[in-house]
Amino acid sequence: MSKKKGFMGSTLVRLIKTLFEFYPVMLPLVLICIVFNALISSLPAVFQQNVISIVEQYWQSGDWNSASGQILKLVALLACFYVLSLIAGFTYTRAMAVITQGSLMKFREKMFNGMQNLPIKYFDTHNHGDIMSYYTNDIDTLRQMISQSIPQLIISLISELTIFCIMLYYSVWMLLVVVLGVVLMVFITKKIGSNSAKYFLHQQIQMGKTEGFVEEMMNGEKVIKVFCHERQAEADFDAINDELFRVAEQANRYANTLMPILMNVGNILYVVVAVVGGILLLSGVPNLSLSGMAFSISIAVPFLNMTRQFSGNIGQVSNQINSVVMGLAGAERIFNLIDEKPEPDEGYVTLVNAREENGQLVECKERTGVWAWKHPHQDGTITYTKVQGDVRMYDVDFGYDEKKLVLHDITLYAKPGQKVAFVGATGAGKTTITNLINRFYDIADGKIRYDGININKIKKADLRRSLGIILQDTVLFSGTVMENIRYGNLEATDEECIGAARLAGAHDFITRLPEGYNTMILANGANLSQGQRQLIAIARAAVADPPVMIMDEATSSIDTRTEAIVQRGMDALMDGRTVFVIAHRLSTVRNSDVIMVLELGRIIERGSHEELIAQKGKYYQLYTGAFELE
Amino acid sequence: MIKVLMKSIREFKRASILAPVLVSLEVVMECIMPFIVAQLVNQIKAGCSLGVIIRYGLVLIVMAGLSLAFGAGAGAACAKASCGFARNLRKDMFYKIQTYSFENIDKFSTSSLVTRMTTDVTNVQMAYMMLVRLAFRSPLMLIFSFAMSVIMGGKMAIIFALVIPVLGIGLILIMRKVMPLFKRVFKKYDALNESIQENVKGMRVVKSYVREDFEKAKFGRAAEDVCADFTRAEKILAFNSPLMQFCLYSAMIFVLTVGSYLIITTKGVALDVGQFSAFLVYNFQILNSLMMLSMVFVMITMAAESAKRIVEVLEEKSALVNPPDPIYEVADGSIDFDNVSFKYSKQAEKMALSDINLHIRSGETIGIIGGTGSSKSSLIQLISRLYDATEGVVKVGGVDVRKYDLDSLRNQVSVVLQKNVLFSGTIKENLRWGNENATDEEIKEACRLAQADEFIMRFPDQYNTYIEQGGSNVSGGQKQRLCIARALLKKPKILILDDSTSAVDTKTDALIRKAFAEFIPETTKIIIAQRVASVQDADRILVMDGGTIKNIGTHEELLKSSPIYQEVYNSQNRGGEQDE
Repeated sequence: MSKKKGFMGSTLVRLIKTLFEFYPVMLPLVLICIVFNALISSLPAVFQQNVISIVEQYWQSGDWNSASGQILKLVALLACFYVLSLIAGFTYTRAMAVITQGSLMKFREKMFNGMQNLPIKYFDTHNHGDIMSYYTNDIDTLRQMISQSIPQLIISLISELTIFCIMLYYSVWMLLVVVLGVVLMVFITKKIGSNSAKYFLHQQIQMGKTEGFVEEMMNGEKVIKVFCHERQAEADFDAINDELFRVAEQANRYANTLMPILMNVGNILYVVVAVVGGILLLSGVPNLSLSGMAFSISIAVPFLNMTRQFSGNIGQVSNQINSVVMGLAGAERIFNLIDEKPEPDEGYVTLVNAREENGQLVECKERTGVWAWKHPHQDGTITYTKVQGDVRMYDVDFGYDEKKLVLHDITLYAKPGQKVAFVGATGAGKTTITNLINRFYDIADGKIRYDGININKIKKADLRRSLGIILQDTVLFSGTVMENIRYGNLEATDEECIGAARLAGAHDFITRLPEGYNTMILANGANLSQGQRQLIAIARAAVADPPVMIMDEATSSIDTRTEAIVQRGMDALMDGRTVFVIAHRLSTVRNSDVIMVLELGRIIERGSHEELIAQKGKYYQLYTGAFELE
Repeated sequence: MIKVLMKSIREFKRASILAPVLVSLEVVMECIMPFIVAQLVNQIKAGCSLGVIIRYGLVLIVMAGLSLAFGAGAGAACAKASCGFARNLRKDMFYKIQTYSFENIDKFSTSSLVTRMTTDVTNVQMAYMMLVRLAFRSPLMLIFSFAMSVIMGGKMAIIFALVIPVLGIGLILIMRKVMPLFKRVFKKYDALNESIQENVKGMRVVKSYVREDFEKAKFGRAAEDVCADFTRAEKILAFNSPLMQFCLYSAMIFVLTVGSYLIITTKGVALDVGQFSAFLVYNFQILNSLMMLSMVFVMITMAAESAKRIVEVLEEKSALVNPPDPIYEVADGSIDFDNVSFKYSKQAEKMALSDINLHIRSGETIGIIGGTGSSKSSLIQLISRLYDATEGVVKVGGVDVRKYDLDSLRNQVSVVLQKNVLFSGTIKENLRWGNENATDEEIKEACRLAQADEFIMRFPDQYNTYIEQGGSNVSGGQKQRLCIARALLKKPKILILDDSTSAVDTKTDALIRKAFAEFIPETTKIIIAQRVASVQDADRILVMDGGTIKNIGTHEELLKSSPIYQEVYNSQNRGGEQDE
């Protein structure tokens, strides 16, 4: 427990520090306003006491004229304080709105920007729903904490201190009674509050579980229907839902009862103070106070009100405990995401536009269609190498975790313009090889050279810019069809995008969409068929116009008839580029220059279609397997 | 809308009623206490005995104790009522969704259903909690305090007639300005979160195209937009507490001035010091309960959106219902389509299927081939009544599918969907979806047919291997084979594979079909595929195009008669013959 408190403490410190970094001027100003506001809110008691003591003095004589001067002066002064307090209060609440929302935005951006720089491995190894909850649940807990809990805590603390001093000023004896009561209240708060906080954290966790379950079930709802699995799904859900109910009820019960308990302990305290006050008045025990005033009814009445305020403040603090605990847990998770190590990049070779002058490559700004690798050397010289798309692997080993290698001794040469195909059973390591070329993952041993340059020396962004990838799971983004195609090359004109769509064979169906190229793609293209989405993805790659293309089952969801149509576009797309193709359909890979047959992470056969058929090895088996039942 | 929601209170009705009752009692106690204290103050001032003071004290402490008991009880009842209500809402939604047909499911996106069952329910739960607790507390408190302050302060209570309207009108103005803003901003907020989700999912694409900075900029703009709107709304809300303070302060100044005037001029007849102090307490209570009331109001209006979304789910009528007198037995695996046309929604202009006439004998193997969007999937989904035909009749075993009990029909017609899913759990648990009571031997047998046994046995935990959510730890081909095995375990009369072997290599694909032919010959098999190889040994092959059946026949017949089939075949077998 103590350890946990330690991390909570350091998270709090870091959170406050970060907030100050976000708003170095505004936040201190706001704090001053809050303190000011809190101070003034404790003052009325003093004025009350003064007014009442004047009333005491005059009420038997009924002489309003002599009393009014003093009373009105006091009231006017109080009014001035009130105006100041209103201004301070108004300023800080508005400023707090800016700070809260601004900080949340900055946290969101910080997380998002950090996330963009994380390696693919992070996304492969973390639950996507979990990553999402950083942006939803955790940010929400933070909102509550920054906008309400922190100001409230400061206000309560300051008021408490002020009231304490005022009480001390009037009567130490009565203060002692109040302090005793407060100790009791703090004890109760600690007892119930810590339970409540504990259960709220439980509730948060259980809520996440429920969300995960619901998401999985909703995703598979059609499968549930097909298997008439509704009853079991309901039973499973009931178990999770009931558990959520149990912890939620417990959490809320503690939270809900804390307030009335504290309030009424406050009431009892109020009564005790009244009684003790009465006894003090009656018994005439000499008053002990900073002011040295004798004890009188004019002290007792405001004292009673101060007692209320005092216990009320503790109630306010206790009200914030849950949101503070949850907010800190949220902040902790947010900081964890921000602290994730970004994808390292030691590359220094960059991709530049070039022009050929007198047989020499010269760097230039405008797009020429000719690309070059700009390679600075240690001696200060710079060489330029034309980007041709020559990819070579030498004895590459790789494993997703260090202990278990999934690729062994992969050696291959892809000469510029060649089409290299990978064939093999699922899990043989085909996709893994492509993950290494664009450095989503780094190899364990061996070497990969791109146009003769070790790819570790190439800046990752530039390396990837020179590679076009079409993946099996097509991802499209919210936006129009046109925007999605342009994703491949942000500078492409509408004509270029349409040209790319034509090339991919997507133009026809796009024009048949309700709004053509301006049709909005919703929720990863739920309004398009799998095949249509793949066609858009191919157009997107076409517009990027990279020297090397990787197609990982790019046409798997396109039926073969459409594929035959697309094939022409694909052939045009592949022309003059180095292409790596992964496909199950052997018809797709047959015209490749080289076919690599992979098994359990090793290349077991390589050669052209004809050579491999002649070899009568695994490829032959696979190929003829399709016709086995003829 | 409220009626629909109320149905979910059920067993928590008692707690829901108990909570406000206890709250009311608590309020009564709280309101009487300052009254008695005021008398005590006056007694003390009048110089009463110690005994009187202690008697008063005891009465007050008992009252505080009662108030504590009522308050704590109300808190507990309220927790039970609101959490229970939320639980029932989630349960009712989940159960309701289980009755949905495919058509209903298509209407709601997964993420929207998830939000409705989590965030929206939480919002309603919070509002309900406020409702059963504060909605009674605040008005009661208001009325009581007001009554007491009239008793105590007499004419001084006039101040409330001045202050309350100011506060009330102020609060209403604020709400009216803020509500539409909130509505708008929540929509934007949803869109923002959706774009984050897209990024998390599509990170490979983002990184492949080196669009990190592009995405950052895009996100930054959206985040700033959301932030600006939220800030605007909250800035308006920020008027709340100064407004409240203003009213409190004005009342305070009024009471201090007029109060002391009254005491002095009437020599304590119209008002005495005790009443004066009590009046100050009531003053605070009245304004505070007004404030609370406005908060309840905000909560409820915000929750109203959520409630609407929940009710949408609860009120959605399943497009498919069991007939009143269902048939439980499916005679055989024959299928008939008589003049069937189908479209996905009433509004759709185009028929997805038009005028289908098709008769399949029990035990036949049917292949279906056709381009993307040729409605292959639509056709087979009518067989197990995942959708209802718009026109015409679909029969299974010679009986209209609409006459069957849905579960019985679907247990006999097993469909392996194109977009298939495995659930988190062991392989065995996943397979038992097909048949809860399947023995280990039956499971193994089904896996052997689906060519899954071999790779399962290679896993360290074999049939107890844990499948991650969405089946992310098995490959696409393995997943498809597991899905087929799961469907086989039903021992159906009709088995439908909707492009279910696309990620399986050709050899395994062939083995699966061979196993089907050998081991489940009586089962009617319908295979949708893109590879000609997957269907060419079928008894008959349908060639679909644009929602109609273009050709029907055996492989050889179609090669001669169907231009589409020829085209598909040639594209997949370019030069194939000369290799043989």
